[in-house]
Amino acid sequence: MKFTEEHEWLRADGDIVTVGITEHAATALGDVVFVELPEAGTQVAKDDDIVVIESVKAASDIMAPLDGEIVEVNDALADTPGMVNDDPMGEAWFFKIKATDLSQMDEYMDEDAYKEMID
Amino acid sequence: MSDLKHLPLKALHEAQGAKMVPFAGYEMPVQFAAGVMAEHLHTREKAGLFDVSHMGQVLLPLSADAALETLVPADVIGLKEGRQRYGLFTNDAGGVLDDLMIARRAGDLFLVVNASRKDHDIAHMRAAIDGVEEVTDRALMALQGPLAETALKRMVPSVAEMKFMDVAQVAWNGVELWISRSGYTGEDGFEISVPADAAEGFASALLAMDEVMPIGLGARDSLRMEAGMPLYGNDLAEDISLIEAGQAWAVNKARRAGGDREGGFPGAERILDEMQNGAPRRRVGLRPEGRAPMRGGVALFDAAEGGTQIGVITSGGFGPSVGAPIAMGIIDSAVPADITLYGEVRGKRLPAAQTDLPFHKPDYKR
Repeated sequence: MKFTEEHEWLRADGDIVTVGITEHAATALGDVVFVELPEAGTQVAKDDDIVVIESVKAASDIMAPLDGEIVEVNDALADTPGMVNDDPMGEAWFFKIKATDLSQMDEYMDEDAYKEMID
Repeated sequence: MSDLKHLPLKALHEAQGAKMVPFAGYEMPVQFAAGVMAEHLHTREKAGLFDVSHMGQVLLPLSADAALETLVPADVIGLKEGRQRYGLFTNDAGGVLDDLMIARRAGDLFLVVNASRKDHDIAHMRAAIDGVEEVTDRALMALQGPLAETALKRMVPSVAEMKFMDVAQVAWNGVELWISRSGYTGEDGFEISVPADAAEGFASALLAMDEVMPIGLGARDSLRMEAGMPLYGNDLAEDISLIEAGQAWAVNKARRAGGDREGGFPGAERILDEMQNGAPRRRVGLRPEGRAPMRGGVALFDAAEGGTQIGVITSGGFGPSVGAPIAMGIIDSAVPADITLYGEVRGKRLPAAQTDLPFHKPDYKR
């Protein structure tokens, strides 16, 4: 698993990468009340804002961590956004992206480096 | 952060797991470990303790009642001893400079003003009133919720006798508490001014009770929005008239057209005219469809496409007790009350139904 400075986690299975936000990010956001996801089939470029998360406190964006195509989104988040607080690293994944260039993963942190960053 | 002013309960907040943020020049708890949603729901169900020590506490001599009436449309002269009433400082255009609470006590008038406007308000009053004294050695707390009385009367039994908007000065543990039965949540409850050096002991005694949880500014905002209460800087502003802001009720009878002391406050001409003939804009409650919150600043339109901008959202977010997004806005009065409005969120127009305020009906002890 890899981690971005924007507090996303990425889990690769072949060239399909599942993306969510970390427990640290979910706690900092507070109670999530709304999630807007891109549509499956959307072509995205790294650093495009593609997800909106609103908590009781504020709205935030999540960026595409890689170039590629969104192949699946977690529709359950639309009806139960609170999942993001309950299980951010598991059930509450956001989208799966078919990466154009998996080597873009290399620049991201491993778990130890991420833990060091948030300490 | 070093320029931020600290308040008497800082150490206690940190011990309670508060997330502290800068607010109006003070370091304040925005939430505790439970989080905004749980804190909000706890306050509606039991009792929440809020630190509002950043707000301004001000004393005026009793003889200043007539002078204070030159700044606010409240009936201060007719306010009875032991009672409190809501007031607004108005400007010459009929807009609002701040809102405040005014209490008449045996020896003085006691005022509470917003933190962000404290310096402004004190200067504004000193220009018109002699003997304006800022209280700087007392903390201010609010205990709010259906079990607020149950909790507070264990320490101060006489609060059970107080009715909504009563005020009292009561001895506790060798210090004097200044208590009002009021608040900013739409719940029964109290605001309690405590000498700074006794504040931590007082708050700790309340927090030790099962019913009482510490509540941050995040839930304070969602509670007041559900209660339909306006906030200065959002729903109240210098360029929104008092009548447009829906505060006609705060122009007391003696100050209205035909009253004993008609007018005589800044902007009275416009305000009294709008009370009789209507105002160009009105404040509305909005229930956005779907789950996307519409926050302050979102433009409002009268059609899903095209049409014209007819207003703006002044406060909005998620209402934990409503279980859905809620918002308040200011719109052109000509807009029919039964049409769906559209808020433009991230470039998309999303529907929102107009609704009566409040979203959550208060249950005060009258």
